[in-house]
Amino acid sequence: MVAAKNILEVSDLDVRFGRQEVLRDISLSVPVGQSVAIIGESGCGKTVLLKTLIGLIRPTKGHVAFDGQQLDKFNDQQLAQERIRFGFVFQNAALFDSMTIAENIMFPLRQHHPEEARGHSEEMHSRLAEVGLPTSVLRKRPAELSGGMRKRVGLARALVMHPEILLYDEPTTGLDPIMSDVINELMMRTRSNNEVTSIMVTHDMKSASKVADRIVMLYPIARLEDDEPQVIFDGTPAEIERTKDERVSQFYHGEAGDRLEEMSEGLV
Amino acid sequence: MSTGIEYNPRARRGLVSYFTDPMTELGSVVLRSLETLGDITLFAWQTLKWLMTRLPNRETLYNNMYQIGVLSLPVVALTGTFIGIILAVQSYNQFRAFGLETQLGGVINRTMLRELGPVLAATMLAGRVGSAMAAELGTMRVTEQIDALSSMGANPIQYLVVPRFLSCLLLIPSLTIMAVFCGVVGGAAFCIFHLNIDMQHYSRNAKSFVETWDLIYGVIKSVFFGATIGILSCYRGFHCKAGAEGVGQAATSAFVQSFVMIITLDLFLSIGLDQIYNWIWPDSLMLPKV
Repeated sequence: MVAAKNILEVSDLDVRFGRQEVLRDISLSVPVGQSVAIIGESGCGKTVLLKTLIGLIRPTKGHVAFDGQQLDKFNDQQLAQERIRFGFVFQNAALFDSMTIAENIMFPLRQHHPEEARGHSEEMHSRLAEVGLPTSVLRKRPAELSGGMRKRVGLARALVMHPEILLYDEPTTGLDPIMSDVINELMMRTRSNNEVTSIMVTHDMKSASKVADRIVMLYPIARLEDDEPQVIFDGTPAEIERTKDERVSQFYHGEAGDRLEEMSEGLV
Repeated sequence: MSTGIEYNPRARRGLVSYFTDPMTELGSVVLRSLETLGDITLFAWQTLKWLMTRLPNRETLYNNMYQIGVLSLPVVALTGTFIGIILAVQSYNQFRAFGLETQLGGVINRTMLRELGPVLAATMLAGRVGSAMAAELGTMRVTEQIDALSSMGANPIQYLVVPRFLSCLLLIPSLTIMAVFCGVVGGAAFCIFHLNIDMQHYSRNAKSFVETWDLIYGVIKSVFFGATIGILSCYRGFHCKAGAEGVGQAATSAFVQSFVMIITLDLFLSIGLDQIYNWIWPDSLMLPKV
């Protein structure tokens, strides 16, 4: 059997903000069609990694290659062109407040193919149906929608350009369990309908185990030994359940351990 | 076991650090300021580059023009009128002491055209529009809307900054002319109808003191003020810190920094434009043609 081609390759990636080291020595290859969940404690750099993958943050060291092209070498205009092939679903949807839902969904199409966007209400309606929203929301503003609806609009907007890779930043954060599972189902359905590669950043282990083929865990740099890579686990959901690494197991099972004591002593 | 004595790193370093620490802090403040200045220059360069490369979306531009120009007109007109009247009130007694009250029109008109009109319109624009732009863009930064724009292949400077900058640049001359007009009319009305200054003398002196150059002078200044407000406010919004406090700080610093820059630019532009005037018309002493 021929192994699937890697759509995304990250090698020796470091990101620093001034003196603060945020990502250290990340190496990751994502084959076409795979669904990867990146997990880790708050503040360990998951969202920074996701934004570095799409070029919103430039790496301090290392490379990000998308479909064989090194994104970190691209200028802003080249990056803008390449980003059409990505879809990004933000944590709080990041819908444009000043626009209606219809304008939000059609924004990427209007930006890149203004002529096509004019007669593309079909595209908008099919995307809306795909995320399970009624057409009555089209004239509303983002502030009039619930958190779950906003996230679904965010997903519809990300899908409108038919991306090859979808990046989700904490898609289920802040939602009730039912709505979280609705989003999980949507992510799975999107993946199978559109044959896209997905990378999801999440704290939600239930969501990661359900949606992802592979789980990658980042550990906070402050807790690592000198020069130890930040990725401390890379395996399937079945493997993470059986892991012997206490750090991974603690996160997976959501156990505080002695964190409270460490926090009271100011060590964290 | 605790000794009860707290560790103080500065006390340990002794007398030398007492002198070197403030110098280090001063150095870092200077470095940070230079860094910010460089950042603002790059931001302005990017804006100008995008302005030349691609025209902004017409709908976004008109919307910004409406917000920045049309909605600022009432407040600019009102403050302009009051400033004209206040100028008349403040100057009247002193001019009257020398029997020069009929010259009030010249002073009011010239001051409004060259100084108060442009500075007043710019201050109102910085307060009403500049801080609102910084707060709006700051909120977009905090809620990741600016990142969302970039992630969809749109350039945030081209999409968000260029229309705002262009609106400030194009509409501030009109706002300045409106402020000047209202100030001139307000001052004249107060002098003629309230202070009972003879209308014929007032208007003759008012005209003789003012020339077309004064209007050009005010408009040139206003263009620089508008560009400064547009760039500084958008820059502050784009570099807003996280949270509600960050947005508040962005709005405040946009106004404060714009105002400081307006006053500073006003001084240098006044000196520069007077020199240009003297260079073009070397025989003129900028005195009224009575």
